[in-house]
Amino acid sequence: MTDKPMHFCPGCTHGVIQRLVGEVIDELGIQEETIAVGPVGCAVFCYDYWDVDFHQASHGRAPAVATGIKRVHPDKVVFSLQGDGDIAAIGTAEIIHAAARGEKITCLFVNNSIYGMTGGQMAPTTIVSQKTTTSPWGRDSGQAGYPVKLTEMLAILDGTAYCARVSVHNPAHILNAKKAIRKAFEVQLNKKGFSLVEILSTCPTNWGLPPLEAVKWLEDNMLSYFPLGEYKAAAGV
Amino acid sequence: MGKVLMKGNEAVAEAAILAGCRYFFGYPITPQNEIPEYMARRLPEVGGVFLQAESEISAINMVFGAAGSGARVMTSSSGPGISLKQEGISYLAGAELPCVIVNMARGGPGLGNIAPSQSDYFQATRGGGHGDYRMIVFGPASVQELADLTLKAFDLADKYRNPVMILGDGILGQMMEPVKFKTNKAREIPAKPWATNGARGRKRNLITSLYIVPEELEKHCLKLKAKYDEISSREKRHDSYFADDAEIILAAYGTTARICKAVVDQAREEGIRAGLIRPVTLWPFPDAPYCKAANSAKAFLTVEMSTGQMIDDVRLAVNGKKPIYFYGRTGGVVPSKAEILAEVKKILERGALEWKRYLRGHNQ
Repeated sequence: MTDKPMHFCPGCTHGVIQRLVGEVIDELGIQEETIAVGPVGCAVFCYDYWDVDFHQASHGRAPAVATGIKRVHPDKVVFSLQGDGDIAAIGTAEIIHAAARGEKITCLFVNNSIYGMTGGQMAPTTIVSQKTTTSPWGRDSGQAGYPVKLTEMLAILDGTAYCARVSVHNPAHILNAKKAIRKAFEVQLNKKGFSLVEILSTCPTNWGLPPLEAVKWLEDNMLSYFPLGEYKAAAGV
Repeated sequence: MGKVLMKGNEAVAEAAILAGCRYFFGYPITPQNEIPEYMARRLPEVGGVFLQAESEISAINMVFGAAGSGARVMTSSSGPGISLKQEGISYLAGAELPCVIVNMARGGPGLGNIAPSQSDYFQATRGGGHGDYRMIVFGPASVQELADLTLKAFDLADKYRNPVMILGDGILGQMMEPVKFKTNKAREIPAKPWATNGARGRKRNLITSLYIVPEELEKHCLKLKAKYDEISSREKRHDSYFADDAEIILAAYGTTARICKAVVDQAREEGIRAGLIRPVTLWPFPDAPYCKAANSAKAFLTVEMSTGQMIDDVRLAVNGKKPIYFYGRTGGVVPSKAEILAEVKKILERGALEWKRYLRGHNQ
């Protein structure tokens, strides 16, 4: 990690996730071997925080950019970090096909069920009845459909070697999340195939909640719709 | 290597490999499929990687990743697919990444058709994507030139850290001609200390086009502008054919330039002093030869397979000194030698009075 103070809003758990990734990179001793790919969204400035080679991708295309990097440097560690809008809406094709190809990259998917950077619009993972600026009366499933369960979708693909959903709403879950992130990197280091970790995260600012209530909202509303656990761990992983 | 008979698309692909290109990302679209097909066969033989992407959008972003990682990399497509790549091209230009993009253009707009066309000229030369950027664009007119300019394109892309486009069309991609590859030795690929390959023993490298503070983005854009000015002053290329004593100058590139060359031959046989100035770089546009010819020629005729796009650049170069007429066929229709020659005769028959009237109308 660099010494730069993070730009995230007070109470947002994005910073925790960035720190976990930094810790895993250090523990695996791969800082000089790693090339990261950043998204468009709240994590757009993550190149300021991880002290590794870095590509800033266009919105949703990080898995394609990571593919280009990995094909040129098959022995380096290449990973992306993307939000829900980036990976599960505009970048749906890129993530599904990177997984289907068994691309030996790691994608970290931060799901806070809202577009944070643009000011709180409805995301592909916004829960039914959740209020956002573009679903002001709550997401109406009759009109706007249902949240995308990306990790479940990717689990059925043969190219996916490992995918899991974790959360960072309390210390026990933060430790679990770190284990999953580490495992995803190890899957790549062992050249097993594609790996992804979906991380449930809070957005106090755009949910309109104080940080502690935001943690509780995640627990009460997101965990039931987005169950935690390993969805795929291929043989030998 | 002697001369070999090859399709234009295959010549581009082989030239890319000779240029040291080892990575190709593409998506099928007619009439350029021979490029990815050739690459799929050939790249593994030379230790490279061919990857068929799930879309043109993904393909250009794979190019972004590979280019930023220091590789020589190419993608190819045609009209609708090139439209999809525009976002990526803008990011490549913004992050100053070298790569080569081939457009074997087809009829448009929309789905259009798969017949040859030159209606992507604006998209190629005006910056089809968003933002303040420029792309070097070559307009080859033969299979030999497709090969030569593809080699050149990789060198210029690296030299200026900028995307370079080869703008061909369905005829150039599909036709077979003898071609000689003018390089056998391994190309010298310049060092790329800015590329990402793991920050071992050095400060980390950042590939980005994000400059959140307006003054910083302005500084970046002005730096790009200085680079584009340098490209403009050094890289303009054209080919003149009987232009020195011509009373009428034809302006055409690529496929239509070949037809216009035959028109000039026929016209000269009939005692008409016609000439041709063919831009080889479409951006930067070689304005000087047109400007010079405007001192001696009486009129210009721009010929395109479009409703008139390059004519804007000819007008800027001639700058109101002489009348510029247009003849074009579009929608995938190729103009014939006879049609163009008839147009040449029509313009000359109009005579000086009519030309003056034309100029008055256009210069007001």
